[in-house]
Amino acid sequence: MTSLPYFTFQIGGLAGQGIKSIGLMFSKIAVRSGYWTYNHNEYPSLIRGGHNVMHITVADQKITAGAMHTDFLVALNQETVNLHTPKMQSGSAVLYDTQGGIDTSPIPPGIDLFAVPTSSLAKASGGTELMENIVALGAAMALLSGNLEILNDLIKEEFADKDPGVTASNLKAAFAGYNFAKENFSSKIRISLTPKDQPETKIVVNANDTVGLASVAAGVQFVAIYPMTPVTGLLHTLAPLQEQFHFIYKQPEDEISAINMAIGASYAGARSMTATSGGGFCLMTESIGLAGMTETPLVIIEGMRAGPATGLPTWSEQSDLRLVLHGHGGEIPNIVLAAGDPEEAFHLTMEAFNLAEIYQTPVIVLIDKLICEDDQSYRPFNSGDYQINRGRLTTQKVDRYLRYQLSPDGISPRTFPGLDNYYLTNSDEHNELGYDDESAANRKSQMEKRMAKLATCTQNHLPAPQLFGPVDADLTIVSWGSNKGAILEALKSLPYVNYLHLTWISPFPTDAVSKTLAGAKKILNLETNFTGQMASLISEKTGIVLKNNLLKYDGRPLYPEEIIDYVKSQSL
Amino acid sequence: MTTATDLNTNCPMTFCPGCGNFGIWGALKNAAIQENWNNSNTVLVAGIGCHGHMVNFLRLNAFEGLHGRAIPVATGIKLVNHKLNVVVLTGDGDALAEGGNHFLHACRRNHDLTVLLHDNSIYGLTTGQTSPTSPDGFRSKSTPLGNPDHPLHPLSLAIAAGASFVARSFAGDILHLTETIIAATRHQGFSVVDILQPCITFNKEYTVDFYRQNIYHLDNNYNPSDKHAAFAKSLEWGPGQIPVGIIYQENRPSFESALPQLRDQPLIALEPSVKNISALYKKYQ
Ligand SMILES: Cc1ncc(C[n+]2csc(CCOP(=O)(O)OP(=O)(O)O)c2C)c(N)n1
Ligand code: SF4
Repeated sequence: MTSLPYFTFQIGGLAGQGIKSIGLMFSKIAVRSGYWTYNHNEYPSLIRGGHNVMHITVADQKITAGAMHTDFLVALNQETVNLHTPKMQSGSAVLYDTQGGIDTSPIPPGIDLFAVPTSSLAKASGGTELMENIVALGAAMALLSGNLEILNDLIKEEFADKDPGVTASNLKAAFAGYNFAKENFSSKIRISLTPKDQPETKIVVNANDTVGLASVAAGVQFVAIYPMTPVTGLLHTLAPLQEQFHFIYKQPEDEISAINMAIGASYAGARSMTATSGGGFCLMTESIGLAGMTETPLVIIEGMRAGPATGLPTWSEQSDLRLVLHGHGGEIPNIVLAAGDPEEAFHLTMEAFNLAEIYQTPVIVLIDKLICEDDQSYRPFNSGDYQINRGRLTTQKVDRYLRYQLSPDGISPRTFPGLDNYYLTNSDEHNELGYDDESAANRKSQMEKRMAKLATCTQNHLPAPQLFGPVDADLTIVSWGSNKGAILEALKSLPYVNYLHLTWISPFPTDAVSKTLAGAKKILNLETNFTGQMASLISEKTGIVLKNNLLKYDGRPLYPEEIIDYVKSQSL
Repeated sequence: MTTATDLNTNCPMTFCPGCGNFGIWGALKNAAIQENWNNSNTVLVAGIGCHGHMVNFLRLNAFEGLHGRAIPVATGIKLVNHKLNVVVLTGDGDALAEGGNHFLHACRRNHDLTVLLHDNSIYGLTTGQTSPTSPDGFRSKSTPLGNPDHPLHPLSLAIAAGASFVARSFAGDILHLTETIIAATRHQGFSVVDILQPCITFNKEYTVDFYRQNIYHLDNNYNPSDKHAAFAKSLEWGPGQIPVGIIYQENRPSFESALPQLRDQPLIALEPSVKNISALYKKYQ
């Protein structure tokens, strides 16, 4: 098994022990110290008691995926020791609570053991046992040559709106851990987190952050989201910003209501969005047809998790590609985009708002759990010269206004109610004014008008997919979604391989994909689903059948090491 | 001012001759004229059923969406443009079966919407199946052995769920229905009007005569602000025992009036604009 040359830190404990926030703090410390990070977050669908882990990969340059191994493990419970230490290499380290009754016998020889009395140091600092994670983080700072001041700053920021006593006891706890480690393990100190000179400003974000930020930046006015992993974090990003940025977030009674509220808001003139995962999307499908039929702009974020049904709620999969592509009765010109990482999700979301208004149709942005919830470090994004494009919209009174006027590009003049233009918006097949009209001739012309939008979009907006790596490669990997990060990491070890990354699903870049794949020496398709949904779409669109498929459907990420090993073992 | 001719469309009529929807149509036109509803201030949102076809016969902006989903669409419209008078036309199947969840939650949120429930106790458009308000034992194509399900009282449901204006009227009494629709739309908050609407084609029990014989008007002694009394009143149903009038009304701030984003003007009064988010990055550093 290949091992990537990155430093990795992992913290594991019970759900409710604050694993995620400690992991995020660690990552921010690394980033403020001048490093780049990738955080992978694993947890079951429970609030307390389940096993939670956060794994942070730290590197000198930008990284796009986590490495598999662990160099430094903080074990707040026995399960962390049992699950994560057996594969650790000698020279790695495990920090654990001396009083937690932890049995260290599963830990292989050659690993440094740092026994820290985290719970008693936490209590001595005036806090509860819950603060033992802060003690552990303080100790880890000492052992990794981290800067305690950065941790102190983070603590002050984190608890700024709490009772000052909370900040004080957390600072004390961090120092207690730091000091204990310095005093007891001074000969074992590593240099992994030594701060660099003049670190540049970076952010640590996942797509639940970046999609929220993008929506705000793109002028979103109405959001309705029913909570569902992995997009719940998106509503947590947006809800607190609504007053400041003048939009409405409404928690609806279900996903059907979410999308219909968003459709109503959009019809009435607001930039609108909703978000869900596979199960909620199933409930929305009839309404997606409604948005298509009534030509109502709408942005829908779909965060995939492992299905079917409730599935593995907190694990990742790319199995909703066909669902979002075809999930609606009848036929509509829906646009489907798939982001490969939080940064792409940012830009595609902003673009989705314009596409929805230009084409007056639902635009679905597909992301997966790993993009939604795994944080990566980035330089702050620049929304650059983004401009709001509301498409063919009139806010004036128009003589003999025809909402669904036939037009060769499929796009009719849109307006809002309340502007004295009379029209009907109708889920029944309708004529140019919007009245029910079931005649064959009308049906044919309205259907052709709506569906023409895809051809127009292909012509005016569809970019060619990105090809990473050498143009002339021995092997071309095709994939999409969060696999992008792992593949780009793998490419660093596979100089003779390139990668075709697909972000536009509908309309599909048929010509560009055909050209690249027809010229490829060998092709490997990677997906985290059982049936190879993208491979089948590619063959449907291009006629090219992809025979080499690495498919993973255990809910776990596809790691760079796995890709490297697979490519080498198959002599691809 | 809105006149009768302003409201005409040239769509061919699709209601069966004698349908209660004609009375509702008449009352809607009266209300539109008296209240000056027009395409600058009003929007209708309809469900799917015979009732939804109404939008083809009134020259007012309307959204006819999916079966059961009129209320969330209307909610979205109202939230972003609360200056619009938003009137929902729905059926007993539409609002209480397919859309029951939306009905409940809209009541408790007290959005400033008016819901006109074309209550014919039958599924008209799908040619005559039992609905949530069909009586016990009711025979229809879907219950040839008699309806085994106990009917819902839509108004009890609305009161229990928190609607702030709850009334009943009869499609055969256009004057009373006009008055009631106007009172409902003037009410600030969620208003529900249960409109007893004979379906002459498929409902042979709740006929025009049945209603004429069994409804009675609430008089001046009735106090619609007493919630307990209103709840009891809403449960009344039987020979000579179908109350008509405003059953419950309370003053409670509407959802929209409590939203800080809507304090000064409707949300969409400001065009969407590109927002500078650089200050938000701090949190992620
Ligand atoms: C999702 C969905 N299910 C079923 C239907 C078929 N359908 C259309 S109208 C209707 C019931 C109509 O009853 P009601 O809402 O009481 O309206 P009415 O026709 O009596 O006015 C049904 C079941 C549909 N259009 N959509
Ligand atoms: S079926 Fe009944 S409700 Fe529908 S139009 Fe005919 S009479 Fe009216």
